[in-house]
Amino acid sequence: MRFSADNLAQHVFRAIAFSAIASLLLIAVFIFKEGFPFLLRYGPWNFLSSTDWHPETGSYGVGAMIVASLWITAGAMLIGAPLGVAGAIFLSEFVPRPVMRIIKPTIELLAGIPSVVYGFIGMMVLAPLVRNNLGGPGLCVLNAAVILGIMVLPTIISISVDAISAVPNSFREGALALGATRWQAVRMVVLKAARSGIIASIILGMGRAVGETMAVIMVAGNTIRMPHNVMEPVRSLTANIAIEMSAATGMHRQALFATGVVLFVVIMLLNSLAMAVMHRRASR
Amino acid sequence: MRIPPKYTQMGAIAVLGGATLLTLAVLVFIIVFVLDKGLPVVTWTFLSADPEDMGRAGGIFPMIVGSLLLPLLALIIALPMGVGSAVYLCEYTRETRMTRVIQFGTDCLAGIPSIIFGLFGLVFFVEILHMGWSLLSGSLTLAIMILPTIIRTTEEAIRAVPNAYREVSCSMGATRWETVRKVVLPNALAGIVTGVMLGLGRCISETAAVIFTAGMVAQIPVTACDSVRTMAVHFYILAREGISNENAYGTAAVLILAVLLVNLTAYWTMHAFIRKRAR
Repeated sequence: MRFSADNLAQHVFRAIAFSAIASLLLIAVFIFKEGFPFLLRYGPWNFLSSTDWHPETGSYGVGAMIVASLWITAGAMLIGAPLGVAGAIFLSEFVPRPVMRIIKPTIELLAGIPSVVYGFIGMMVLAPLVRNNLGGPGLCVLNAAVILGIMVLPTIISISVDAISAVPNSFREGALALGATRWQAVRMVVLKAARSGIIASIILGMGRAVGETMAVIMVAGNTIRMPHNVMEPVRSLTANIAIEMSAATGMHRQALFATGVVLFVVIMLLNSLAMAVMHRRASR
Repeated sequence: MRIPPKYTQMGAIAVLGGATLLTLAVLVFIIVFVLDKGLPVVTWTFLSADPEDMGRAGGIFPMIVGSLLLPLLALIIALPMGVGSAVYLCEYTRETRMTRVIQFGTDCLAGIPSIIFGLFGLVFFVEILHMGWSLLSGSLTLAIMILPTIIRTTEEAIRAVPNAYREVSCSMGATRWETVRKVVLPNALAGIVTGVMLGLGRCISETAAVIFTAGMVAQIPVTACDSVRTMAVHFYILAREGISNENAYGTAAVLILAVLLVNLTAYWTMHAFIRKRAR
């Protein structure tokens, strides 16, 4: 084989192309290596379902934190999904193109606001509001759900707008020609065609909410317990890792990595689901 | 009674428009609130002095340096990997099972939360490779984190280069590598810059992954093995431990301005790029 710059470049590029997948594998291997043996030894079911987390006595149950993460994520989606999808429909169907071209980047720009700043707003603005009007400590499930609901808006709006804009104009024209109003055309035709993209945007937003750490630490209150109402402070899975990691050794540390394993698996499932939904659209 | 379609349309527009306005209002409120509270704190001394008494007094100079060095080093590492991957995917292969696996991996990597990157960086770079809590560990971790962003934006930029350019280049006897180097990459440059700026923005605002890998020592690093504290981490410590709300607002204002500046630059380059393409 002739050796040349062209040839060399091809081999180098091929090797580099594997960097992303190699990084992903490396991450998986090392998180699992640290956490998985513990998970097996302690018993996965025991680990996931027990609500007793007392590292000092050797009890490692993340059940309460799983429920807390679920509550917060569900709340965030209840707030973020309708707002985001409504915004996306309005921006792509009822607003003149030039205006949309200004507003969409503005919203995406806001995706760049650091999560710690969102958390701070939750601490300084939302917490007193909740405390004075609804009672409780203010740092609670509700606060975290609202803040995360806001944080996922840019993700949901941006991907949904792309999905809605990708629906061919002939679909709208066909509906309008049949005498539908603009809204009927959107509701009956455009949204049906863009459905999978919108669902994918919500799933990706959910992934962001599940994985968010710093903002949740700042607003959720961090008490480890099973929530009974949304005014109670809770600790999410992610918050637990970040709070206890610096002081953890031995079994305790392995238990935190096992929490990381659970998180990793959940996020990978959500990602794959979003991609499968999007792929179905592409292949149709 | 059935409501006439005209009225349901008006109702729908009112609800959707209201939701959009609410979204914009909340997001704008956050920025205005932080700048309003924070900007009065930001003076030249605040920007140029070392922190005193754990950040209760003094400035944030070492954190500004940390917030510059860490993302820059991360970019230096991620840029060749990201652009190289994108070039291979777009220019050297057709869509095969292997490229689909690579793309799936890239998308998954993009969805991994920063706390997982932090855990990985802690085990792999800090402990196994003995880099300690350092600028180096932090930037390697961040580099992996922003890799998908750079791959994706570069891919889009490369795919936007018209095929005629490549055909002309090849017809003049250029090899594929020469075509990539002299025709494709220069024409995709603005798109690549966009990816770089977006990655930079993500690095500047990152907290969880940075605390676990770069540590939080408020100092100006001398070597790549020294720990650094970024503005985002400093802000988190000030705010969470209630050390100084005033200085927390000040740091947040500088942080937000930096991120907005970087993201605006990204959008301007992207726009210039699209306009050039449209012509």
